[in-house]
Amino acid sequence: MGDLIFTVRNVSYRYRGARDDAVAGANLDVPRGALLGIVGPNGSGKTTLLQLVLGVLRPSSGSVAAFGRPVHEWRRRDLARRVAVVAQREEPVFPLRVREFVRLGRYPHAGPYRALDANDEAAVTRALHRADALHLADRWTLALSGGEWQRVRLARALAQEPEVLVLDEATANLDLRHEMETFELVTSLVHDHGLTGVLVTHHVNLVARFVDRIAVLDRGRVVAEGAPSAVLTRDVIERVFAWPVDIVEWAGAVQVVPRRAGGPAGRRGEL
Amino acid sequence: MNRWVVLVALALLAVAAGIAVGPAGFGIGDAFAGLLGHGDHAAVAIVRDLRVPRVLLAFLVGGSLAVTGAVLQALVRNPLADPYLLGLSGGAGLGAVAAIAAGVSSAWGVPALAAVGAIAAILLVYRLAVVADAVLDTRVLLLGGVVVGSFAAALVGAILALSPAEGLRSAMLWLLGGFDGASWHALGVFTVYAILPLALLYRDRRLLDLLSLGEEPARFLGADVEPLKRRLYLAASLLTAAAVAVSGIIGFVGLVVPHAIRVLWGSTHAKLLPSAFLLGGALLAAADAVARTAFAPLSLPVGVVTAVLGVPVFAVLVRRWAI
Repeated sequence: MGDLIFTVRNVSYRYRGARDDAVAGANLDVPRGALLGIVGPNGSGKTTLLQLVLGVLRPSSGSVAAFGRPVHEWRRRDLARRVAVVAQREEPVFPLRVREFVRLGRYPHAGPYRALDANDEAAVTRALHRADALHLADRWTLALSGGEWQRVRLARALAQEPEVLVLDEATANLDLRHEMETFELVTSLVHDHGLTGVLVTHHVNLVARFVDRIAVLDRGRVVAEGAPSAVLTRDVIERVFAWPVDIVEWAGAVQVVPRRAGGPAGRRGEL
Repeated sequence: MNRWVVLVALALLAVAAGIAVGPAGFGIGDAFAGLLGHGDHAAVAIVRDLRVPRVLLAFLVGGSLAVTGAVLQALVRNPLADPYLLGLSGGAGLGAVAAIAAGVSSAWGVPALAAVGAIAAILLVYRLAVVADAVLDTRVLLLGGVVVGSFAAALVGAILALSPAEGLRSAMLWLLGGFDGASWHALGVFTVYAILPLALLYRDRRLLDLLSLGEEPARFLGADVEPLKRRLYLAASLLTAAAVAVSGIIGFVGLVVPHAIRVLWGSTHAKLLPSAFLLGGALLAAADAVARTAFAPLSLPVGVVTAVLGVPVFAVLVRRWAI
């Protein structure tokens, strides 16, 4: 399967003062061109794994490589030309116009001193257009709605012209429509522009409808990885999420339906 | 009208006002004649040796404090940051007073020890404010700044109380902030100390844009956050220390000026830093002119004037942002 963007080998990480490893011997491959969903319950180590993959944290043991090179050997700016991240939380604090905000995505290319040129400006306009945010270009970021802010953040990531787009719970605060819009947008960007996508979320059913591969995290380990239909089995989901579920196929995608606690076939005692 | 034209005009106006007015009993025409070396010898001497270095020093200190405020705001991602409110000025004051009490009399040595005090203060505030999950809490940060500032002021009080009486009165006045000690020599010392940190901060203007998004986004956009923060804190401490060493503790310039620029023209540091420098310089030069003349022949400490301007702005900002 093509070349690998990220490889994670037996990686463990323990936060200072913690009793257990947040990530405990995880293994994961992210092949080029894939749209991968990383799912797991709260506290399963999704964000920690992501920070290890992106070289923000150094593993206690094991190794992480990005594009075939140990990730901590990458200069942040070089990595930022190839990997763009829309992080979990980011709130605007200072007044900035949307276009100025999206221009910051050109930093990995322009660096600290070179003035932005016509190329950069074209990339910014293209990114705003692709994220459906061109009409917001002259607005202040502080005045955007939740959905608009999300699109503008996505535009900044696209302005980096990356090979990989990573979204960490980036739709957590959005309503149904804006969440769907974001997923549709990211999916089409990945497919139409040859990007690789990594979506970290606890919305199992949502990613199951969009991604081609899912990795399920449980207590710091990748316990299942593959096509959604292969991974989202009753056995795996009940074990990982500790709740009785049914697995149904709906509109061509595997979906997880949690049972009611007191229902006829849904007693927790059956687990 | 172009914003730079407005800012430069304001700066020139403030400097001209600072040269034109003062407690000595001669008019504006005499003041500018004196500047050119014409007329009364006393007027020439007052204008050339007292007023000009004083107004230039006030301008450079004001500009430096405003730039420091803008940088600290990006560092802690909070529009309420200011060298005074974060305890840097207090720490620098303690360093300077300790230096003087220990017999360091060189105009070059005092700013260096003030810088040590400023760095110690910001490290302490930072330690207090970073709670468990390594996120800076606004309220704890400001509280930490106030606590460290008060602690420094208490130690300064102790040093002054235990020192021989002669230097005491001037030190007290100096701690309220003012340019009574201004001279061409002080202007030279300040310029030498300030020029490098100012240049370093302007050099990092684009990284400051990234940092003001937050440390995590900055890292993902390609910034090496830890070394960047270290050199920004160091430059901010040096700049604050140089300002405190020549003019005492002057609050709120670093708060009011960057805020005004951000609201009017946005927060891109390539524009924010030079704009804040010009407006901060104009503001402090004008505040000093007010301090000298409002109750002539008595003069106010300039820190009183900036506090009267700054505290209401701070109050409005607190309501809007902090809680």
